[in-house]
Amino acid sequence: MSAYLLTGVRPLGGTEVDLLISDGEIRALGADAKSAAPADAQVVDATGLIALPGLVDLHTHLREPGREDAETVESGTRAAAVGGYTAVHAMANTDPVADTAGVVEQVWHLGREAGWVDVQPVGAVTVGLAGEQLAELGAMADSAARVRVFSDDGHCVSDAVLMRRALEYVKAFGGVIAQHAQEPRLTAGAQMHEGELSGVLGLAGWPAVAEEAIIARDVLLAEHVGSRLHVCHVSTAGSVEILRWAKGRGVDVTAEVTPHHLLLTHELVRSYDPRFKVNPPLRAQSDVEALREALADGTIDAVATDHAPHASEDKDCEWLAAAMGMTGLETALAAVAEAMVDTGLLDWAGVADRMSVRPARIGGLAGHGQPLAVGSPANLTLFDADPRWTVDPTRMASSSRNTPFAGREMHGRVVATFLRGRATVLDGQPVRQTVGSLA
Amino acid sequence: MRHLLSAADLDRSEALLVLDTAEQMAQTQQREIKKLPTLRGRTVVNLFFEDSTRTRISFEAAAKRLSADVINFSAKGSSVSKGESLKDTALTLQAMGADAVVVRHQASGAPHRLANSGWINGAVINAGDGTHEHPTQALLDAFTMRHHLVGGQVPGAATGADLAGRKVVIVGDILHSRVARSNVLLLHTLGAHVTLVAPPTLLPVGVDAWPCATSYDFDDALDGTDVVMMLRVQRERMNAAYFPSAREYSRRYGLDSRRLGLLPDHAIVMHPGPMNRGLEISAEAADCARSTVVEQVGNGVSVRMAVLYLLLAGGPPEAASPEAADRELVGVAK
Repeated sequence: MSAYLLTGVRPLGGTEVDLLISDGEIRALGADAKSAAPADAQVVDATGLIALPGLVDLHTHLREPGREDAETVESGTRAAAVGGYTAVHAMANTDPVADTAGVVEQVWHLGREAGWVDVQPVGAVTVGLAGEQLAELGAMADSAARVRVFSDDGHCVSDAVLMRRALEYVKAFGGVIAQHAQEPRLTAGAQMHEGELSGVLGLAGWPAVAEEAIIARDVLLAEHVGSRLHVCHVSTAGSVEILRWAKGRGVDVTAEVTPHHLLLTHELVRSYDPRFKVNPPLRAQSDVEALREALADGTIDAVATDHAPHASEDKDCEWLAAAMGMTGLETALAAVAEAMVDTGLLDWAGVADRMSVRPARIGGLAGHGQPLAVGSPANLTLFDADPRWTVDPTRMASSSRNTPFAGREMHGRVVATFLRGRATVLDGQPVRQTVGSLA
Repeated sequence: MRHLLSAADLDRSEALLVLDTAEQMAQTQQREIKKLPTLRGRTVVNLFFEDSTRTRISFEAAAKRLSADVINFSAKGSSVSKGESLKDTALTLQAMGADAVVVRHQASGAPHRLANSGWINGAVINAGDGTHEHPTQALLDAFTMRHHLVGGQVPGAATGADLAGRKVVIVGDILHSRVARSNVLLLHTLGAHVTLVAPPTLLPVGVDAWPCATSYDFDDALDGTDVVMMLRVQRERMNAAYFPSAREYSRRYGLDSRRLGLLPDHAIVMHPGPMNRGLEISAEAADCARSTVVEQVGNGVSVRMAVLYLLLAGGPPEAASPEAADRELVGVAK
């Protein structure tokens, strides 16, 4: 495996140093990196680039098996690498659903074959995501895929008893239930955030209370049974208040927010353009501000993309008929830079914490989210925060084009990504793995 | 104005231009030969994804009386039910050379998608989309109000006038009503004061920000009103707990003979149809002398002629003066 000498790199946005990667680890950092570099080390001029621990996504839809026309494990994980990720959690709502050891192992194997990032499958909480009967959580935990995060994402585990049992059951193997908080009856047919605009546009509303009521119930359940709870894609100011209260009481709860909820509001729905149709829906500006503050103060632990690729025919239609979801892996870091760093809410160490360290801890991925220090696995991302670029959906590595940022000018691009010392991205371009050597 | 998607697309002068043009159209319809050659050689497609015989034949009559070629495209079973997609339907119409597409769709915003997705070049007229808007219904309602309240029912007498200071009460399922949304916007533009009356369950969240008042009490709202407009209420709404029973709805929000008696003498009773007799309106109210229900249907043709004419034959710049429009209309009709 080649060694890389990164010159002039800025770990977590700090001062420029040289960094040596070899044998899959960070081998040297600082003045001795040059001298320690083997003769055949590839020198990468990384002057001024920000080095972050490789990003970890807690919430990725890779669509395989079932909807390979929208995304495959190969295309989705390549998009992840281009976006600076070294690990993703593949959501369970595939076809067939990832509710058995067989399916999670298939996804895990496909991830290994693709080799772009570590693919950690998420297991379904209930059989077929139907919310009626627990899936074989233990079998998935014991499988080669070593599942620790369980989620019916796309559906809420709305039955209170089932949710309680799931929270209790996964304690046996250190698992966590990642809840898609959406009270189903309050959101039947919901199309967008319920507020003044939904009334004007004549689109059925998705009220904030439908999310908040479930989160309130679940933090109380988690407290009652002493379990770990993770809340997916938090989208409202009220949810933030409940999480803050729960954490203040010592409830073992973590939460994530998507880049799009940090940057976009429901005003975009005025266009009736289904690119902006997503679940949970884009909310009001006051929600965006509350989410940013919560991410900054740690009430929300992590940024998770909820990367949700869709075939073009599922978006090139009227709003009501369109699928919900947006791609996000390739724009996440630029979006967070804009929402959190430009605004002074987070520094780069904070970004590393919310996009790598904490998600790796929540997902139980020992090799990720480690400090940029000698001896750490060489999972890292080099980011150039300056260049301005216009998002062009046709130039995405993802198979799908449904980015909400199409045509938007953003700044900052991932220059390189390293997975255990191997470059998956160099000069912003994906680097195909040679001779199928599994890292 | 390239499309008519929302009543909010019209400012006061544009709205008055449509109403005044409709007055002229109405006058041509008194002649023995009603057909005008204005849109000869132009193609108007009625694209109906949802059944609505009355709206479709109204547009069809309007287009035919302007000599347009009319294609009726009934596309029930749209992409929502896995039939042909809206996009493919639009591309088909574009290939056939549609100059205007009149679209009725169960999905709010579908006309916006047709107009703004680059699928077709023709003018798009919203003939009712989901629970969003129905702008030509609002125009025909405003036309009817103006004829009675301002013009003293003399044809053409209201030309140039708006509805400043008139009180309009709209009663019923506001939450699901495209007619209410378009009427609130247009009537506000024309200076009228609108009060929406409904049980709280049938008013949308955020209605406080609309340019109108709201009330839960029908009797209170009737005092001194010029217009009472009843909206159709679907009986199945009670299954979703919007109201307990048809009988209770009727008692609290129906227009019956007692409430008819509370109206000022000059007030008119409107309904966009089809009516649920015995639910939101009693037979006596529906058939009373002040009911304009049938007249609204006739006015619908005149208003839709005006909209087609303004979108296809000349926008506001050329047809800015009603006299010029009249000259052309009368000229070609001879």
